[in-house]
Amino acid sequence: MGSEESRSIEQTIYLPYKWALGPTFTKFFDEFMNKKIMGTKCEKCGRVLVPARKFCPRCFEDTKEWIQVSDKGTIRTWSMVNFTFTGQTTPPPYIVALIQLDGADNCLTHLVGGIDLSDVEKVKDYINIGMRVQANWEQKRRGHIMDIAFFEPTN
Amino acid sequence: MLNPVAILGVGQTKHGRRQDVSYPELVQEAVIRALEDSGVSFKDIDAVVSGSMPAPMEGINAPHLYLADAFGAKSKPLVRTATCGSTGISVAQTAFYHVASGMFDTVLAVGHQKMLEGDPQATMTTVADPYFQRYFVGDAPSIFTMQGNQYADRYKLPFERVRNAAAIISVKHHESALNNPYAHIRQKLTVEDVLNSKIVSYPTRLLDICPSSDGACAVIFTSGQKAKKRGKRVAWVKGLSYSGDEHFFGDSDKVRWLVPINAAKESYKMAGIQNPRKEIDVAEVYNPFTFQELIWYECFGFCEEGKACELVENGVVFRGGELPCDPSGGTLCTNPIGATGLLRVAEAALQVMGKAEERQIPGAKTAFASAMGGECQFVGVMILSNEL
Repeated sequence: MGSEESRSIEQTIYLPYKWALGPTFTKFFDEFMNKKIMGTKCEKCGRVLVPARKFCPRCFEDTKEWIQVSDKGTIRTWSMVNFTFTGQTTPPPYIVALIQLDGADNCLTHLVGGIDLSDVEKVKDYINIGMRVQANWEQKRRGHIMDIAFFEPTN
Repeated sequence: MLNPVAILGVGQTKHGRRQDVSYPELVQEAVIRALEDSGVSFKDIDAVVSGSMPAPMEGINAPHLYLADAFGAKSKPLVRTATCGSTGISVAQTAFYHVASGMFDTVLAVGHQKMLEGDPQATMTTVADPYFQRYFVGDAPSIFTMQGNQYADRYKLPFERVRNAAAIISVKHHESALNNPYAHIRQKLTVEDVLNSKIVSYPTRLLDICPSSDGACAVIFTSGQKAKKRGKRVAWVKGLSYSGDEHFFGDSDKVRWLVPINAAKESYKMAGIQNPRKEIDVAEVYNPFTFQELIWYECFGFCEEGKACELVENGVVFRGGELPCDPSGGTLCTNPIGATGLLRVAEAALQVMGKAEERQIPGAKTAFASAMGGECQFVGVMILSNEL
């Protein structure tokens, strides 16, 4: 490595996008307006997947049946994010978790909130895998994953 | 039917902050070293395979075009293979396919990354889908930490025990990196240093996590015939596999994790390995996060389910143990992502060629290399040996 740094030039690249949701994800988010979480069932393996899918990624078969799952579920794992990064949509600290909703065979990624996060020692003693949570819905919904502000412990 | 393939030589840059050189100059540094180590000229290269992270990380899209000159690729077939964190091992596997097919005799594989010229996390955040997951698992630490938490819970292991094993992994790999002149982070640590470092994503702390590095690695693959003609020490590719999960992080189990289990199983089958712990002499396990490394050991068959802490506590996976892992210091100490998986292959090759210098595991004949890409989505494995 050279002892001196070479000169640099600087530029910022701005890349705007507008992504199509497609019919399945559109319907999934439309139901968020009614505080409903929808999954689809694969006829072949029998699993109910949330968010709803056009097809089962394992069986590669189109799903046919829409099934409403509960907005209550169980924390299967979690972590408390305590650092800042570009593109972050929630200011840290916050808790991310895999939540298995009642009636679903897989887990949803979302936030666990409504908890005092000022002391990690208290958080780790409070949050545990297996804990029951329920969706905390925003008053104003727009058909978006953040229509659920977070999942809140119920016990 | 596949033709036999050997690694003729490898080259790597000094990794770390490399603002002293431009990106092509950095890449050329690794390529020249690989050519020198192999004893061939760039004119002997029939085709080039290269790869790095999603191109916004370097800010120059289709970077293989910009870097073609640095590969010495003029008038040669050139492809880019990009599979996120597993890019380096995918580059190695693509080069293998080129030679094993009989299409090319000698192929240059290059993995490269300048992470410190931009904002690497800004690119990584965009790897998750924009509808469901980007809001929650846009960062690497929380994903791999959730996996670690689930591991401790699954086997009802006392958290303190898992925490301590992860800290020992960090200390031992940092100690190994002191033997590696190319490593980015070279510092002696204690378990207390790890346990007292800043919480990044609880329970993962700063010293449980790999750095962001600038660096490049080049590996030259050649046909069995050419390798034999040269009559020098080579590393034979004995087995390889690549396996993947669904995109959604919550769709499949990441503790008894089928992706690394299957990638390892297929590679062992191809290499004729029945007992990996006994038959593998050294492993370069891709290990960007300490907690995750415990899961790798189990999924790769180095121990039974739930027993990885014992491997660490008994020193099985460190120098002097039955199956030393990451004598280079591994990803935990050096992480130019696009090169990282290829560095695992290069370090494994150096081991079986007996050229790993201070980081050599004496008498290593069979070596293992792995890498992972995406949000726990893909894993590639390659097995090398000093004999065909």
